[in-house]
Amino acid sequence: MEKRKKTFKTESPEETQALGEQLGKTLKSGDVIALIGDLGTGKTCLTQGIARGVGIAPDEVVSSPSYILINEYNGTVPIYHIDLYRLENAEEIAELGLSEYIEGDGICIIEWAERMANGLPDICIKIYITWEDENTRFINIQHSVSR
Amino acid sequence: MKILGIDTSCDETAVAVVADGREVLSNIIASQVKTHQAYGGVVPELASRKHIEAINYIVKKALTAAAVTFSDIDAVAVTNRPGLIGALLVGVAAAKSLAYCHKLPLLGINHIEGHIYANFMVHDTLTFPHVCLTVSGGHTLLVEVHEGWKYKVLGGTQDDAAGEVYDKVAKYLGLGFPGGRIIDELAQKGNPSAIKFPRPMRNSGDYQFSFSGIKTSVRYFVEKARRTGVLVEGERTDVKRANLDVITIEDIAASFQAAVVDVLVYKSLHAAKATGARTITLTGGVAANSHLRASLKAAAAQSGAEVYYPPLSLCTDNGAMIAGIAYQKYQQGLRDGLSLNADANGSIAAESPTA
Repeated sequence: MEKRKKTFKTESPEETQALGEQLGKTLKSGDVIALIGDLGTGKTCLTQGIARGVGIAPDEVVSSPSYILINEYNGTVPIYHIDLYRLENAEEIAELGLSEYIEGDGICIIEWAERMANGLPDICIKIYITWEDENTRFINIQHSVSR
Repeated sequence: MKILGIDTSCDETAVAVVADGREVLSNIIASQVKTHQAYGGVVPELASRKHIEAINYIVKKALTAAAVTFSDIDAVAVTNRPGLIGALLVGVAAAKSLAYCHKLPLLGINHIEGHIYANFMVHDTLTFPHVCLTVSGGHTLLVEVHEGWKYKVLGGTQDDAAGEVYDKVAKYLGLGFPGGRIIDELAQKGNPSAIKFPRPMRNSGDYQFSFSGIKTSVRYFVEKARRTGVLVEGERTDVKRANLDVITIEDIAASFQAAVVDVLVYKSLHAAKATGARTITLTGGVAANSHLRASLKAAAAQSGAEVYYPPLSLCTDNGAMIAGIAYQKYQQGLRDGLSLNADANGSIAAESPTA
């Protein structure tokens, strides 16, 4: 099992977006990103940066999919922005049919990914965001091959 | 002319029958139907499978409630954009089947156009152009609406929708669901000036919104207040009276609501002034919020503008607004073939733009 870990510190939403953009530039079709972090830590903010990095049009809005569950954007590859906030249990998540997205050709970014722990593919990028104070975040990125 | 309208764009399986674009003969929403057992005992939510279980029953119920049969229906309309693709597909497949079986015209409708149209169904005096603020769990959108159902999108949220941030803050504060109504009620007992929460993008000079930051500020404030002991929760009326420096959940609710509503009202008014519209319409689930209604009305009155909002049954996701706008589109000549497909994105900006 291989695991690469790195932790970044950001001190503003703009810095979080910039980090996301850098990460986005390294992504390729089929990648799955699992975002894990409490309310207000900046998961959507980081996703905005990632989507820029993947090359979506400057005027395309990357907003929170909490209500609609899945937003789709056109980057150099399709981006599926998934949000499990409203889903409480494995059954509800299973009914959403995420495997079609995860096994597809796009890039999947999943907010509240810990809620589908067993449903995540073995190979994915896990990002843990923790809250230091109102503006400071620690962003731990793990490229993993695990169960 | 009677149109059957279907909406399955997100959580709700909703079907209605509307005559001539305005007269609501029935308006059925699955989650509000008491006899869930009739279609399997589950409240439909989120999943396509739940929509599939409900759709035929809700169609039948909408016809029965309207006291009509398919021989009385002149067209079938369905939300085919934007929304959750799996959910949209159920409504689209149902509408296509019904249109084919009963040899009826089929119309694919944009969900947001339905919301915008809702006010027109109940307010005879609504004129054009007007500015429409759509606020719900999934949307926060300012649109200029012109004669002939032409639209100019002025702006929308860059992150969380207004209704979403209400729900998230309510859940964070342990207040339960639905967050909008609970916070609205608590806020009436709190001090809206107790905490100065940020008004993100209020002075950005455009019509974009950002509510995610208010949510973060509430969380930061609450954590700090709990640490320092100024937040008084539970039975605390006497403490509150004895010590003016303490903060209650009601104060947080009122201050949070003041921040959200302030930005919504400021930008809506600004939009009305800039476009010369004399009327602002409010639609979507958050249009039921008492503070938003009152603040918008008061602010609009100062500049001689009027504010309209529909009854709750037409605010939240429903099939009547879809059947309503479909009537107008039918008059304009819209017909969709059986090749009609669902589109998860389908921005309102692409619908009959002005100029």
